[in-house]
Amino acid sequence: MTPEPGIGPTPSQTVGPFFHDALLDGDRSELVSPDHPEAVRIEGTVYDGAGEPVSDAMVEIWQANGAGRYNDHADNREDLPLDEGFSGFGRSGTDAGGRFSFVTVMPGPVPLPDGGMQAPHIMVSVFARGLLKRVVTRIYFPDEEEANAADPVLSSIEDPKPRETLIARVEGDALRFDIHLQGENQTAFFEL
Amino acid sequence: MRQQPTNETAGLRPEDDGQPPYLYPDYVATRLRAPKKPLIILPRTLSDTTGPAYGRGPIGELDNDLIRQHAGEPLGERIIVTGRVLDGDGRPVRSSLIEIWQANAAGRYTHHLDRHPAPLDPNFSGAGRCHTDDEGRYRFVTVKPGAYPWKNHHNAWRPAHIHLSLFGSSFRSRLITQMYFPGDPLFEQDPIFQSVRDREAQKRMIATFDLETTEPEWALGYKFDIVLEGRDATPMEDRR
Repeated sequence: MTPEPGIGPTPSQTVGPFFHDALLDGDRSELVSPDHPEAVRIEGTVYDGAGEPVSDAMVEIWQANGAGRYNDHADNREDLPLDEGFSGFGRSGTDAGGRFSFVTVMPGPVPLPDGGMQAPHIMVSVFARGLLKRVVTRIYFPDEEEANAADPVLSSIEDPKPRETLIARVEGDALRFDIHLQGENQTAFFEL
Repeated sequence: MRQQPTNETAGLRPEDDGQPPYLYPDYVATRLRAPKKPLIILPRTLSDTTGPAYGRGPIGELDNDLIRQHAGEPLGERIIVTGRVLDGDGRPVRSSLIEIWQANAAGRYTHHLDRHPAPLDPNFSGAGRCHTDDEGRYRFVTVKPGAYPWKNHHNAWRPAHIHLSLFGSSFRSRLITQMYFPGDPLFEQDPIFQSVRDREAQKRMIATFDLETTEPEWALGYKFDIVLEGRDATPMEDRR
């Protein structure tokens, strides 16, 4: 069967409020065990434009391992190690308070097509009732000031306010990364 | 200087290529959840041309057969939903996870927050998953979901639909969508369906009844092909 020529992409539709049993069956929010020596806990809350927590969102992350390698065939940099059991993918629903969390490791830096480097970051997708299509953002790290300053994606955002929404902050033993879908403090979202 | 939304309809971009906008006020929940500041263009790098291996792990034999997950058979009209997952160039997306969920034949989800006073079916959970094969093909056996009311506006009803979640070959191709059934009289008043403004794009969310897929004396067949965004810069021939 030959696909029809010119057929366009299938439109996105909202995840709706009833996805939990299908998509969150089994906890995938811990990419490594909390006992892992390098474990990093990332917590956050998803807020709507009125500042209310979004209790029916799903946050997904995708990241490189500590060496900066993605666990995917499309990243064929064989000189960098892969970590057994580390997929780089995580999923967390939000609870009644809009809260999500992940336990993972700090990703290494990953390259640009021209050979330059990007600061360590985690790719993030957010789905929710009321979002007709996902929003995409990135988590950057507060202790990487030099790399962040040189990062081409961060540098492309002239206004410091949205730029700073992309950098997690230290809170106790964890990193905090809140996501504001709308409003004065809206998180910077990307178009792929 | 602080970035401000250019206007109230920052999410309504005509060049959206058949995708819905973020802000579609008729769908009331978008009003406080749609981002309104301009999106930032993300250059293509390994971070998004790669994608999760999640889902390439083992899947149970009955995971794509929603009518055999319990002791008895669910009530409702038995259906087979099958089709192909293709990338933007029409190439099959192989060994890729599809997750689905849906209401039962009476229009009720098993979800604890679904308060629609329609019966639950002890023989139907409404969740399934499978991998695409080497031609990008997938197949689910289920029952046709019922329409159900929701509180978006007075007398609001969702057309019958099945939710689908797909990964495709990279972070860029991630998609969550809904599959509708042909000829549903509820399309016209459903703001989620109508949020896709382009009529041709709307058709791409509607399955086709297919007599060839239909199994005599047993189940009606529907075909639903899914095209994921993006062309992969990296050849995917060896992808499994």
